[in-house]
Amino acid sequence: MARFLAGRCAILLATLLAASVLVFLVLQVLPGDPASIMLGTSARPDTLAAMHHQLGLDRPLWQRYPLWIAALLRGDFGVSYTYSVPVADLLRARIAISLPLALLAMALSVALAIPLGVFAAARRGHLSDTLVMGVAQLGVSVPNFWLGLLLVLLFSVKLGWLPAGGFAGPRSLLLPAVALALPQAAILARVTRSSVLETLGEDFVRTARAKGLSRAAALWRHAVPNALIPVITIMGLQFSFLLAGTIIIENVFNLPGLGRLIFQAIAQRDLIVVQDLVVLLAGSVIVVNFLVDLAYAALDPRLARA
Amino acid sequence: MKTMLQTVLASVLSAALLAPPAIAAQDTLSLGMVLEPPNLDPTAGAASAIREVTYANIFEGLTRIDAAGAVKPGLAQSWEISPDGLTYRFHLHAGVHFHDGAAFDCSVVQFSYARAVAPDSTNAQKGLFEPIARTDCPDPLTAVVTLKHQAANFLFDMGWGDAVMVSPGSAAGNKTHPIGTGPFRFVRWVQGDRVDLERFPGYWGTPAKLSAVSFRFIADPAAATAALLAGDLDAFSNFPAPETLPQLRADSRFTVAIGTTEGKTILALNDARKPFDDVRVRRALAYAIDRRALSAALFSGLAPPIGSHYTPADPDYVDLANIYPFDPARARQLLKEAGVAPGTRVTIALPPPPYARRSGEIIAAELQDVGLSVSLEPIEWAQWLDRVFKRSDFDMTIIAHTEARDLDIYARDHYYFNYQSPGYKSLYAQYLAALTPAAQKPLLVGLQRKLADDEPNVFLFALPKIGVWNANLHGLWRNDPIPANDVTSVYWGQ
Repeated sequence: MARFLAGRCAILLATLLAASVLVFLVLQVLPGDPASIMLGTSARPDTLAAMHHQLGLDRPLWQRYPLWIAALLRGDFGVSYTYSVPVADLLRARIAISLPLALLAMALSVALAIPLGVFAAARRGHLSDTLVMGVAQLGVSVPNFWLGLLLVLLFSVKLGWLPAGGFAGPRSLLLPAVALALPQAAILARVTRSSVLETLGEDFVRTARAKGLSRAAALWRHAVPNALIPVITIMGLQFSFLLAGTIIIENVFNLPGLGRLIFQAIAQRDLIVVQDLVVLLAGSVIVVNFLVDLAYAALDPRLARA
Repeated sequence: MKTMLQTVLASVLSAALLAPPAIAAQDTLSLGMVLEPPNLDPTAGAASAIREVTYANIFEGLTRIDAAGAVKPGLAQSWEISPDGLTYRFHLHAGVHFHDGAAFDCSVVQFSYARAVAPDSTNAQKGLFEPIARTDCPDPLTAVVTLKHQAANFLFDMGWGDAVMVSPGSAAGNKTHPIGTGPFRFVRWVQGDRVDLERFPGYWGTPAKLSAVSFRFIADPAAATAALLAGDLDAFSNFPAPETLPQLRADSRFTVAIGTTEGKTILALNDARKPFDDVRVRRALAYAIDRRALSAALFSGLAPPIGSHYTPADPDYVDLANIYPFDPARARQLLKEAGVAPGTRVTIALPPPPYARRSGEIIAAELQDVGLSVSLEPIEWAQWLDRVFKRSDFDMTIIAHTEARDLDIYARDHYYFNYQSPGYKSLYAQYLAALTPAAQKPLLVGLQRKLADDEPNVFLFALPKIGVWNANLHGLWRNDPIPANDVTSVYWGQ
């Protein structure tokens, strides 16, 4: 297990380093000068030069990359070009919105999808199965931003129960989390159903039934735990999609989260913020994959021994 | 049925989740803006959004621009101009203090103007200060500004957000914690969400009627509409969703105010590139485009067509919008005379604002109709600045020039659309040297006519200002002579 962990950590660091080099180089190739975005169309050349100096953009590339990485290793994320405040402060405020949003959406999605998927599998071929899977098919096809707009129209504009946008406390996260969770739940429910159906046909389930277990006990004790590996895999992938999904949903709901920050930072060429954010997001995806691997090992001891 | 649904849903989402909605006291304002300011120092950044939060509310200059675009006394209560137009003697208000308690006097004027032109200055409009030779302080309440040459717009220019007064003790921190002399002081900035201001009790002039103002940033047009309809916002002074205006107009809760801006929207042409170096081609393009159809499609007809680089809101405006009426046959003939073969390929670079992207589609179809082969190229703002503006690497682009009275851009030696006209330059020099409005008038008219005649760019329309606000709210600007949300005299009535 220790070797497994050490190996994973090495991969994590190497991937982060690769991501940092990639994003740094891509941003340099991208046309656009942060100083001219800030100073606009009337700026004079000497004003632009003064701004370049202020931002440290007058240094050559080969100096800027190591400076950035060295600062990151010290825990210093730098100062945002456009906002002129430490990037760490920006990130802290934004993570406080995006992380609860992603976790809430994930929790909602799992809480809906697994019972529904198991239920549909257990009642395979019945009307209720067809109904649940029909709704799931609809859920897979509905884009989350459109769902978000509909939710706002109903709950904010018509009923006035929840804010239409912005962040006014945890209740502001409810509608966006639902908008993010429903399409994900639909996918997850379908995966759960087919995975449970597959294990229900396995010999060990028949054996369990043969030795006298009830249908429900055989389902929950034997079929479901064995069906979880593909479900966990999809959940891991979905977490990355949730991070991407927040970019759109945060714009629809006007939430000041990480998604909107990265969107703005790219448009304004706030290079340091983009660099930090990409490394952070890459890091979190890697960590989630790592957790998924650990979950595999817990669910199926054969994988940890291998 | 609807009530039943509501009851069922209400009981499902029980009160535990839903705190009662806060009821806004009637002396605060929550105002929506599309773009968030990158910082809050109008002397260190070009973004209009900086001015839309801080101008007149937090920061003041010696002069100020009012809702009608006129120059009014600001921190200077009056001034005298020497007969040669080179010396401006400003009499400053007494007893003015910055929000941190620092006193305002002539030394602050000296500091602010010197800071704007310093070598390490990041003032986006450094050019405004270029005429200033020096600032003297015969006594603390008198500032004498001496110019190197006459500058017809000097008092107007000193009313811009870029020329506001900043204190030596706090100027460095203004980007994140602005400290000015205005009737509102800064409270907090939640990046990505809002900026909060409150009434400054120590204000030298007429105190603000509102006790607090919150500027909220909502970029998505659908989200902006929802926030207004749900009552989260009291006002949106530059509303981004013109297509929902009929709905808002029909709703008695709202006032819909259509005003003017300085946004001269043009199809900019690269005059140094063939075939746009030929005036016949440029005129042909002007005949080929139906400005009224553009205005109808984009702004339900609320955007006035223009025929020169000047808007109906500017002083001494001449209506030249019909000098090239929509006439595709005439356009084809002119193109033929100029030797432009049918099927000639041209590209229109489109920056992100919706007015550019949407007019691009229509203009492309109209230019195809007169025989050009048009491709549209949507580009990011950063790319536009780099490729089109800085390197002049483009055929055509659609852009709104929002600076007020910027006829000078056609007199520059280097500017992205590469218009070079000695006739225009000499006319502009005469205008700069004219000191009285009466002397300026014929020159301003002449400049407008010269541009309409040469048609260096195809002038399309002036962007309208679409304001939507609570019907009980009064005192917001209907027009945008400069980018600002001056809320100093806003109040709630019945």
